[in-house]
Amino acid sequence: MKTSKAVAALLGLIALSLAGLVLAADIRIGVAEALTGPAASYGVSNRSGFELAADEINARGGINGNKILLIVEDEQGKKEEAINVFKKLIFQDKVLMIFGPTLSNSAFAADPIAQQAKVVVFGTSNTANGLTDKAPFIFRNSVMEADVLPITVDAAVKHFKLQKIAVIYGNDDAFTKSGYDVFKKVLEDQKIQVTTTETYAKGDVDFKAQLTKIKATNPDAIVCSCLAEEAASIILQSRALGITVPFIGGNGFNSPKLFEIAKEAADNTVIGTPWSAENKTPANEAFIAAYKARFNADPNQFAAQAYDALHIVAEALKKIKLTGTLEADRLALQQVLSGITWEGATGHFQFRRAAPKDGVEGGYDAQQSAVVSIAKGGKFILLK
Amino acid sequence: MFEQQLLNALTLGSVYALFALGFTLIFGVLGVINLSHGAVFMLGSYAALLLVSKVSLPLCLALLIAMLATGLLGLIIDFLVLKPLRARNAPHLIPMIATIGVAILLTSVAQGLFGAQVQRFPFGTVSEASFTWGNIHITVLQIGIVAMALALMALLLVIMRRTQLGRALRAIAEAPKAAYLLGINVEGLFLLTSFVAAALGGAAGVLIGLSFNAITPFMGQPMLLKGIAVIILGGMGDIRGALIGGLFLGLAEVMSVAYISSDFRDAISFGLLFLILLVRPSGLFGQVLERKA
Repeated sequence: MKTSKAVAALLGLIALSLAGLVLAADIRIGVAEALTGPAASYGVSNRSGFELAADEINARGGINGNKILLIVEDEQGKKEEAINVFKKLIFQDKVLMIFGPTLSNSAFAADPIAQQAKVVVFGTSNTANGLTDKAPFIFRNSVMEADVLPITVDAAVKHFKLQKIAVIYGNDDAFTKSGYDVFKKVLEDQKIQVTTTETYAKGDVDFKAQLTKIKATNPDAIVCSCLAEEAASIILQSRALGITVPFIGGNGFNSPKLFEIAKEAADNTVIGTPWSAENKTPANEAFIAAYKARFNADPNQFAAQAYDALHIVAEALKKIKLTGTLEADRLALQQVLSGITWEGATGHFQFRRAAPKDGVEGGYDAQQSAVVSIAKGGKFILLK
Repeated sequence: MFEQQLLNALTLGSVYALFALGFTLIFGVLGVINLSHGAVFMLGSYAALLLVSKVSLPLCLALLIAMLATGLLGLIIDFLVLKPLRARNAPHLIPMIATIGVAILLTSVAQGLFGAQVQRFPFGTVSEASFTWGNIHITVLQIGIVAMALALMALLLVIMRRTQLGRALRAIAEAPKAAYLLGINVEGLFLLTSFVAAALGGAAGVLIGLSFNAITPFMGQPMLLKGIAVIILGGMGDIRGALIGGLFLGLAEVMSVAYISSDFRDAISFGLLFLILLVRPSGLFGQVLERKA
């Protein structure tokens, strides 16, 4: 009798100390990004941003003595995989919260799982409208296209004195299509004549038929809701056809790839983005220098947003006393996170609560102003 | 605008034809729809890219070595995958499914090696000069692609029609067992065909990588779909068919964008394809398969 009690007590002690060890050792954070597949160029950039921020935080001694442990999973840019990865991270790895997924498409499928389990999910590259509706556990610091594009078009129209614009976009991709919807509305609102609207499909490499048609309508500029690689090809091919007018683009253009592929042909392209390498704030310059030192490559917007996102979460975690009870800690994070403000690589950041729908509270979008830039000599500079 | 669109159609069609040549050759001789052709095409592009950017070889040499490398890859695929299946008399669908596996494997390897990001040949690899002729703009590369498609097709046609080798290949295509009994080295010619078809795919990869600046591990997939359409339209296994089918698809796509709407491009061009196959089920040049009792 006595011995068994003693053993039980001993076991209990061991269990307690083990739990204590785990508690002091790390804060488990899930990262679900597309590391393979066509969306990998964004997912890998996101991951680099998280890794850089985690290393910085851990090098400074972690958060209240606790190190951050990133558990990185590949969701392949697919809805089904994103759902699997979310389930694994939440129920098996028992993470405190999740960053990701890479694409808005996957976020619509996987985020409800986190919402249901009452786990904070924080998107750094999901720009589609409506993602945070009715889901108070969904956060994002990616600025929606609907906030960025009106400012961009307005700046371009004033700069070049534009009157008529042609449009080209990819019509089978959630991102480029939703970008087009916003562009269309903005052009209508600003009463700018649209000469023609052309589309292409994912995987197309030859855009000359569409561009020849656009050329015949003689526009002052071309609005392009495309990803950077497609945009670069479109710009190169339009120059080969003798089209010299400027391009106007969205978030997708903001990648070093644009100039790697198109170089000076992309000059005069106007874009609006949440982040620019030319934004010379101390926080941004520190980020760029650290990124170059660690990865030996130029950072892009996706790395910057991921980097900021982890710092924002770290700010919140500093204000929480982790209890070790997963449910309570997850809830505490959700409540503190929404109030965090941060001066990061992407500038001043705070959350904006999504409007309630059907009486259900929404999640948290980014409240951040866009930077409008123009391409000159193979890089983006601020448009003034 | 019409002249420029016609030119656009010609170059786009030649791109499809270039891709379809190797694809149709392997079907014509081996009777296999080789779905790894897209991945081989992609690797050709990467091989030349590496040779030009890392070893700074001149483009012509890089093109030749890339063709050789993809040819060897074709040999390996044949040796490791298709040959064992032939030896076991596997039904037609089996090699096709096996080549899907090869395609996935090669695509994943390429992604592991080179990353998912789009790459391009270094600036100045080919002259970016373009000629302007009234309303028409054409680049040196576009001329190169059209010329290459025509030249390779002509070369293949001459080999198939006029040489002993071609006669042997046609005999094999007709009846491999009978050809074997006549003393033709069937296995050897199968390997040769796999080599040549893969080398052609590699060449197409280099040219398309050059002209569209969009080299990714996934560049083979959309091309494969168009390639299948082209060889079905042209008549499975027919070399002239690959060219005509390619040009037709290019023309249909460009003209539906130019005069109807880019939204309906694929609907129109593939709808037309369907109509043609209704009238001529064996394609433009294909022979109706006889039922062998």
